[in-house]
Amino acid sequence: MLVDIQNLRVSFATRTGTFEAVRGVSFKIGTEKLGIVGESGSGKSLTARALMRLLPPNARIDADRLNFDGTDILKADERTMRGIRGKRAGFILQDPKYSLNPVMTIGRQVAESWRQHKGGSRKQALEAAVDLLDQVRIRDPRRVCDLYPHEVSGGMGQRVMIAMMLAPDPALLIADEPTSALDATVQAEILRLMEDLVSKRGMGLILISHDLPLVSHFCDRVAVMYAGHVMEELSAGTLAQAKHPYTKGLLNCLPSLTHPKPRLPVLTRDAAWLQS
Amino acid sequence: MTKRLNALAGLLASVGLTLLGLVIITFLIGRVMPIDPIIAAVGDNAPQEVVERARLEMGLDQPILMQFFHYVVQLLHGDLGRSILTKNPVISDIARYFPATLELATAAVIVAAIIGIPLGVWAAVRQGTWIDQTIRVVCLAGHSVPVFVLALISLLVFYAALGIAPGPGRQDIVFQDMVPHITGVLTIDSIIAGDWDALWDALAHMVQPVCILAYFSMAYITRMTRAFMLDALRGEYVITARAKGLSPFSVIWIHAFPNVGVQLVTVLALTYAGLLEGAVVTETVFSWPGLGQYLTVSLMNADMNPVMGATLLVGLVYVGLNLLADAVYRQLDPRVR
Repeated sequence: MLVDIQNLRVSFATRTGTFEAVRGVSFKIGTEKLGIVGESGSGKSLTARALMRLLPPNARIDADRLNFDGTDILKADERTMRGIRGKRAGFILQDPKYSLNPVMTIGRQVAESWRQHKGGSRKQALEAAVDLLDQVRIRDPRRVCDLYPHEVSGGMGQRVMIAMMLAPDPALLIADEPTSALDATVQAEILRLMEDLVSKRGMGLILISHDLPLVSHFCDRVAVMYAGHVMEELSAGTLAQAKHPYTKGLLNCLPSLTHPKPRLPVLTRDAAWLQS
Repeated sequence: MTKRLNALAGLLASVGLTLLGLVIITFLIGRVMPIDPIIAAVGDNAPQEVVERARLEMGLDQPILMQFFHYVVQLLHGDLGRSILTKNPVISDIARYFPATLELATAAVIVAAIIGIPLGVWAAVRQGTWIDQTIRVVCLAGHSVPVFVLALISLLVFYAALGIAPGPGRQDIVFQDMVPHITGVLTIDSIIAGDWDALWDALAHMVQPVCILAYFSMAYITRMTRAFMLDALRGEYVITARAKGLSPFSVIWIHAFPNVGVQLVTVLALTYAGLLEGAVVTETVFSWPGLGQYLTVSLMNADMNPVMGATLLVGLVYVGLNLLADAVYRQLDPRVR
């Protein structure tokens, strides 16, 4: 079992008290692809960041169990965490325009990631970076190595990000809305690339998104989150038979080209969902 | 290539316009001041015909545009006029006073940057902790305690009471005029002359004024660095760097810090320019024969040629440092290249 989360809670101390953003999330994942969907503020990103302990300092993490590949994340010291981050679990952020360092060349950023966990000389690392950029299907990787992030497109930026996070051969890849900032045509390409590499390397994948159909298409299982809770977890193929009213409601709100509706329904929320 | 040439032409044009504006302003300073330049030159009791002759000699009977034209022609010949007070050409006065300020300002800005930048980064990284609060208080004091208070207390304690610091001035009387005047910067001249005692003496005299100027500048640099770093640390690329498993040191100094470089360069350039303007108060308290003192004394005595000359120099320093900062930006930030 790669990830084992039991009753995860993330709370923030605010001026008026504590605000609990994640309220008892549990799931397990092996070398498979788990999609987490939910609306903005449902706690999906925080869940993923809690797993790598990448939360802001005022956040508090509680859990009955929070294990990554046998390591207890709650008790691990910073040093152990640094051995997990990057090396065992890669983390892809939403928008390469902000998530890549603007004043560092792409080659250096990828090489740094490789060298941090694999050692070796600068030259070897740069060669590895070229090879990695080639693996994410960037044409002319040697030229791209010398470019700065603002000189490449969003799609290419996200490829660079993937190359960077796959550099140390991690066992798990967490992608936090990796395609939300991209054009629709590029989205599919990036997802396909990610799926391809993850399958080829036998990795686990946590794909966070607010796009239900997209996630169900690329993942084995889908967890639907709402207001800090997991409403329902189901295998991707059975999405149509979702039982929870929230999931049904979400699916119901999707416009369809084949069965157009004159007016999309509005999701009605029930406070009782949060009781369980 | 043509793009480069165009950029260069644009740069030259903007510098030219700035310089023209600067010259107009210094010229106006000499004309709009409620001071009669003739009386300042010949004295209150001069007979009428002497006043008349001076008026003609100084070209004050001509239309203002002609006067301006003559002023510019003079400037182009490197002639800033003569000081009434020192009887020397202003240009040679400045050549004597400015190196003293240059020496002080350069040392102060280096000390301020070396201490202020890491302190600002540290405060940002430890935001909200007692470290941050302590640094904030230290900076607030540096900003709000008047320089002359600090300078006088410093002299009182280290020179008068403890006797471990040298008194005011740039050097001890024994070393006066011992090192040949080459650059005017005493420390460099002493090194060129190989006179280590003189160098030591010059450095010892610099310690107090440099520390006081550096403290004041450091307060500003620290506060700005802290603000820039807080902004940079909120960046997504910092999360990326941490997600790569980098050490906190790498995250801060290799990823976040280079991103504040451009803003910091501006702060440093402005701080340096401000110091080069001559720190009048510090120079006065420490009897430092610098530009600030020269400017103030001339102004008090309605000696307008030195005032105009020194103002022009300060303006040139600002223009020059801004150009330099622009050039450094391009090196630091690929986005503005």
